Amino acid sequence: MNTHISPLARVGQYALLAVYVVFLAFPLLWLVSASFKSSRELMSLDISLLPKEFHPDNYVIAWNQQGLVGSAWNSLIVAVCSMVLVIALSLPAAYAFARFRGWLRTAGTGWILVSQVFPVILIIIPLFLILRDAGLVNTLPGLILVYTTYTMPFALWMLQGFAAGIPIELEEAAAVDGASRLRTLTKVIFPLLLPGIAATAMFAFVSAWNEFFFALVLMQTPENYTLPIALKMFIGGEGKVALGPLAAGAVLATIPSIVFFSIMQRKLVSGMLAGSVKG
Amino acid sequence: MTTESLALVDKPVVPKRRSVQSRAKRVEAAALVVPALIPILIFSVAPLLSGIGLAFTDASLRRNDTPDFVGLQNFVDLLGDTMFWESFRIGMVWAVSVTVLQLVAGLVLALLLNANLRFQGLARVLALIPWAMPPVVVAIMWQLIYATNGPLNAVLSVFGPDVTTNWLGEFSTALPAVIVVGVWVGMPQTTITLLAALQQIPTEQIEAAAMDGAGAVRRFFNVSLPAIRPVMASITSLNFIWNFNSFGLVYVMTEGGPGGKTMLPMLFTYLEAFKSRNLGYASAMGCVLVLIVVALLAIYLWSQFREKEAK
Repeated sequence: MNTHISPLARVGQYALLAVYVVFLAFPLLWLVSASFKSSRELMSLDISLLPKEFHPDNYVIAWNQQGLVGSAWNSLIVAVCSMVLVIALSLPAAYAFARFRGWLRTAGTGWILVSQVFPVILIIIPLFLILRDAGLVNTLPGLILVYTTYTMPFALWMLQGFAAGIPIELEEAAAVDGASRLRTLTKVIFPLLLPGIAATAMFAFVSAWNEFFFALVLMQTPENYTLPIALKMFIGGEGKVALGPLAAGAVLATIPSIVFFSIMQRKLVSGMLAGSVKG
Repeated sequence: MTTESLALVDKPVVPKRRSVQSRAKRVEAAALVVPALIPILIFSVAPLLSGIGLAFTDASLRRNDTPDFVGLQNFVDLLGDTMFWESFRIGMVWAVSVTVLQLVAGLVLALLLNANLRFQGLARVLALIPWAMPPVVVAIMWQLIYATNGPLNAVLSVFGPDVTTNWLGEFSTALPAVIVVGVWVGMPQTTITLLAALQQIPTEQIEAAAMDGAGAVRRFFNVSLPAIRPVMASITSLNFIWNFNSFGLVYVMTEGGPGGKTMLPMLFTYLEAFKSRNLGYASAMGCVLVLIVVALLAIYLWSQFREKEAK
């Protein structure tokens, strides 16, 4: 690949890469830096990436005073429950998608594609009414059901990719040995699918943890806010915003996503690509 | 049915058996799929259909009575609603610029990451972080950067007289400022997708072109670009739709302001539904937006198809 590249072009490549790294990394560094700065330093006009004095108490303030703990707890419950539900519901379906052909599969694939591009704004209004009539607006179970439904198409897509990768001969061998269908599934297929299940589960968790729009519409009282909504309300008030604690809260909210993401990044990327590159 | 009874008939035996088997299989497949199907039917297919229905009513959050059927009235009102069309125009400017910038910057970056350079590992990890971050955090982060006493003005002040622009708060800069954030968030996925496509090109093709004396630029236009065009086409159309439908990022940064300069269509529809509480009218907006996006996509796919046919 590196034939005929002049030193000048090489320098140009590195310069471009540097511009890109700065463009991507600087906002992140600034957020972390701001989370350690005193309000006085944040309001002042002279600016440096390193705080003059470290103010870890922004984290303490964010943790203690702004109701962020309660909303983080809500976010955790919602994300874990919808993760479990998504896997429980889409694992059998994904297996069926990978193994059987027919109109169900075609319709399923079609729906997955449509759901990826469909504007939720058209769905949110009647969805709000349905949940209101069922008494599920402003409740965690309501939000869990919504997240499960809207994460499932992509989870199904990822899982069926992993399932299709398991050689069908393994199942046939198990059947020849006299294993029942259920036994084959639980003893042969699901263990082989574990890496795929883990990747999909984390995708479901991060989607729910990060989600903003549904939570904004459906959660109406502060004690039911998820973390993204609580952070938004933080800046919603006019005038005095404590920037340091706000930045600290934002950093805290990002940590679970980044942790999960760095563990699973290879699997997630290959799962995502299965959809877009082949599609 | 027993096999003996059919033993004398040669050919039908096999197909018959197969159909019995496949019926059992179909039942099994259905049993596996139904649990996933139920929530999808209740929470996304049903609302989708009734959303279309609501567009023909005067449903409102202010009253609790059953909404009345008003026919095409909402759509007629929409035609004359200049604020809606202005938000549509802003949405197009936003979606087209973000999509194009994502594609161009993402392609340049994918090419850089595909060349043998140092710091690629770091760049790849960085490329994924915006995707993992909660959108609300991304929005807060950029609010800090665009603030009057934020780092952007500080850096610009180094090059000239003191800059005190309130980037998200001024009419002329708000839309470009949010577009930059849109690119920042969306570029990584485009980059990773294009990188994967680039890596699928057989190295022999590129080496052969190099042997024939093709320089880097010609190799790109004659070998790499044609090979990744299908992927570019699909990621571009998906990006356009995602961008046109985006909500949270801009809502947190500007709430559509200042003076409606960043009022994306989804934002406008949301405010109409849940602040002005006109559910029927907002549903009609949703329907019109979906129709326009689908039409644009159809035109695009059709032109891609025509081009393929022409070759």
